[in-house]
Amino acid sequence: MRRSIGTTAVLAALAVAATACGGDDGGDGGGNGGGSSSEGDGKLSGTVTYWDTSNETEAAVFQAVAEEFADEHPGVTVDYVNVGFDDAQNRFKNAAGANEAPDVMRTEVAWVADFASLGYLYPLDDTAALDNQDDFLDEPWASTQYDGQTWAVPQVTDTLALFYNKELLAEAGVEVPESLDQIRQDADAYEAVGTVPLYVRGDDPYWFFPFLYGEGGDLVDADAERVTIDDEAGVAAFEQMNDLIESGAAITDTSDGWENMMSGFAGGDVAMMINGPWAIADATEALGDNLGVAPVPAGSQAQGSPLGGWNYGIYAGTPDAEASMEFVKYMSSAETQARITEELSLLPTRESVYAEPAVEANEMVQFFKPAVDVAHERPWIPQAQSLFEPLRISIESMLTGSASPQEAAQDTGNTYRDLLEDWS
Amino acid sequence: MADAVHTPSTPTPEPGPAPAGAEGAPRARRPGAGRPPLRHRLGDYWYAWAMIAPVVAVITVIIGWPLVRGVYLSLTDADESNVERRIGVNTIEATYEFVGLENYKDILTDNTFWDRLGWTVLWTVACVGITFCIGLGLANMLNRAFRGRTLYRMALILPWAIPAFVSIFAWRMLFNERNGILNGMLEKGGIEGIAWLSDPTWAKIAVIGVNVWLGVPFMLIAMLGALQSIPAEQYEAAEMDGANPWQRFRNITLPGVRPVAMTVVLLSTIWTFNMFPVIFLLTRGGPAGSTDILVTEAYRLAFIASPRDFASSAAWGVLILLLLVLFAIAYRRALRRQGEVW
Repeated sequence: MRRSIGTTAVLAALAVAATACGGDDGGDGGGNGGGSSSEGDGKLSGTVTYWDTSNETEAAVFQAVAEEFADEHPGVTVDYVNVGFDDAQNRFKNAAGANEAPDVMRTEVAWVADFASLGYLYPLDDTAALDNQDDFLDEPWASTQYDGQTWAVPQVTDTLALFYNKELLAEAGVEVPESLDQIRQDADAYEAVGTVPLYVRGDDPYWFFPFLYGEGGDLVDADAERVTIDDEAGVAAFEQMNDLIESGAAITDTSDGWENMMSGFAGGDVAMMINGPWAIADATEALGDNLGVAPVPAGSQAQGSPLGGWNYGIYAGTPDAEASMEFVKYMSSAETQARITEELSLLPTRESVYAEPAVEANEMVQFFKPAVDVAHERPWIPQAQSLFEPLRISIESMLTGSASPQEAAQDTGNTYRDLLEDWS
Repeated sequence: MADAVHTPSTPTPEPGPAPAGAEGAPRARRPGAGRPPLRHRLGDYWYAWAMIAPVVAVITVIIGWPLVRGVYLSLTDADESNVERRIGVNTIEATYEFVGLENYKDILTDNTFWDRLGWTVLWTVACVGITFCIGLGLANMLNRAFRGRTLYRMALILPWAIPAFVSIFAWRMLFNERNGILNGMLEKGGIEGIAWLSDPTWAKIAVIGVNVWLGVPFMLIAMLGALQSIPAEQYEAAEMDGANPWQRFRNITLPGVRPVAMTVVLLSTIWTFNMFPVIFLLTRGGPAGSTDILVTEAYRLAFIASPRDFASSAAWGVLILLLLVLFAIAYRRALRRQGEVW
C-alpha cells in the first residue's frame, strides 16, 4: 500500500510537470490556430470522450476535427466514438443512468429538453463552453433552451428540401415542382421517361413533416398544451401522403426506406426525393452536377419543412468539465464550423460563418440558408422524440391498408394524449 | 439420481466420501432415528453444502435479486425521472411510489397485450413445430453412412456458426422489396415481387422463416444425437419382423428420440417465445406492430417513449415470466401423465 501511494505521488508529479509543459505548447498552438486559445489553457488536462452520431461520410471529418483539439492541448486526450444515431438517445440514457456517459454528446435538437429534464446535462450558462453566444442563429439556439437555462451548444442546423435529378426533369420536360399537386399533374410525363416522380419515406416519420406543415397542421401545440395531429389539417396531411402513393405519383417502403430512397435516386428510378443537407455528399457523389435542390413542395395550405440539426451537450457528471467545455467551445467555434461546412456542406449555426467567402460561395449553403431561416421549429418539449414512434406506427398502418388516413390521425392523437398527461 | 446417492434416512456406518481427517471420525448418531436432525445432516454433508454455497450465492445475486427487484418495480410507478440516479458525484433520491396492481390492470385491460399474446403463441408454435419437423427430417437423412456426409453436416450447421444478427441482416437484404434477390428472382420468373416486410402477413411469414433458418441446426444436432443413441439391433429386429420404414419410424425412432425431443422442444419454446433479435432486427415489429411479440412490445414501451417507463416494462416482464412458468408446469404435467420421468 505504502509503496503504491509513493508511486502514485511520483506519477502525479510527473503528470503535473507534463501537463505544465504541454500547456505551454497548447497555448502557443491555440494562439496560432485561433479559436481555441484561452486563459485556462495552461492547466487544461483530462480525457474528453466524445460520442458522435454523424453518418459514415461525415464521421471522418468530425473525427479529424475532434482529434486536432487534442493536438492543440497535449494534456487532453480526445476519445472519439461514433454511435449510430438510431439508438444514440437510448445508449446515452443507459450510460448516463449508470454514470458511464461520454463527456460530450452530439444530441439531436429534440433530445436536449429530454436529457435536460432528466438531469443528464450540464447547465452551460456563463461557462467557457458558450463563446460569443449572440452569434448563434435564433432557431438553432432555441433548441438549446429548457426551463430558462442553456443545456447545449448548436453544432449544425438543417431542414428538409427537394432533391431532384436535373437530367430526368429536363427529359420529361417538366418544371421543378413547387407543389404536390404539380407533381401529380406531371406524373404522366415522368412515366413517359420511365421514372417515378417522388420517393416518400414511409418508415421514418421525420419525413412526414413537410406534408403536415403543407396542410397547415402540427403534431402538438406546446403553448396551449393541446394535441393537434388529429385536427382537420392533420387528417389532410395523412390523406395527402396516402394519395401520393395511391395515385402512383410516389413510391414508398415501410422498411429500409433510406437505402431504397438513396439507391432509387442514384439509379434514376425516382426523379426526386425529400432529404436534408446530410445527404448532399452522397447525392453529389451519385449524380454530380445533375443534382438540383429546391424548397419542399407545398401542400394545399402552405410550404414548410422542419427545423433539424445537432447540438453539443456536456454530461452533468463529467469528471473533466473544464476540458469538455473547452472542447465544445472549440468544436462550435466559427473556424471549426466553417471547415465543416467546406468539407461536408453542412449548415453552420453561427451568423458570422455565413459571411466567410468559402461558405458564402457554397451552392448548397446558398440554397439551404434561406430554407433554414423559414424552417418550422418543432416543440422543444422533453417528450418531443417520443412523438415519433406512434406516428411511425400510424403511417405504417395507413400505408399497409389497415387504417384509413382518418383512423391513422386519430390513433396518433390518442397515443399522444396518453403520453402527454393532462393535454387536451 | 441425486436421491439414489444421497439417502439421509438410512444412516450408513461407513464414513462415506468425507475427506480424510476433515472433522475427525463420523459424528455419533442416535441409532434408530428415522431422519437425522438438520444439524446432523449439515454435519455429515457440510462439504457438499460448502461446494454449492458459491453457486447459490452467485445465482441469488445475479438472478434472484433482479427478479425480486423487478417484481417490486412492477408494483410501483417508477420511471426514468423518479428512480434513484447517480449523475457524476450527485445522487438523486428515488421518489416513486407503490401503486399495487395498477400496472397489471392497465396492461390486461388493453387490447395490445392480447393481440401480441395471440401472435406470440402462433409464432412460437409455428417456429418450434416447423423447426422440429425439419430438424428431425434432416437428422434422419444424415443418420446413415453416405458419401460426403461430413460436408452436408457442416453445411447444415453453418447458420449456427454465423452470429444471429449477421444472418438477420443478410436476410433483410434478401427480403428487400425493391433491390432484394428474392424479388429479383420472382420478377425474372414473371411473378410480381412480394412486399416481404411491408405486408403484415408476408412479414409474419418472413420472420418465422428466418427464425426456422436459425433454429434448425440446433434441432438437427440434438436429434442426430438422439438418433445415434438408438441401438441398431432394434431396427434389425424390426426388419426381420417385416416392419416397413414408416412402422420402424413410428415404433422405434419416435419413442427413441422422445426423451431428448421433449427437452429440446421445451427449451426452444422458451427461446422462441422470447426471441427478441429476429423480430427487432428484421422488421422492428412492423409493419405497424403486426410482428411484435410480447418482448419486443415490452421493449418498445420501456425504451422508446420518454421518460422510460420502468414500472410497466417490469410488469410486462413479470407477465411474460408467469406465462412461461405456467407453460413449463403444464408441459411437465403432461409429460408425467404420459409416463416420462422428469
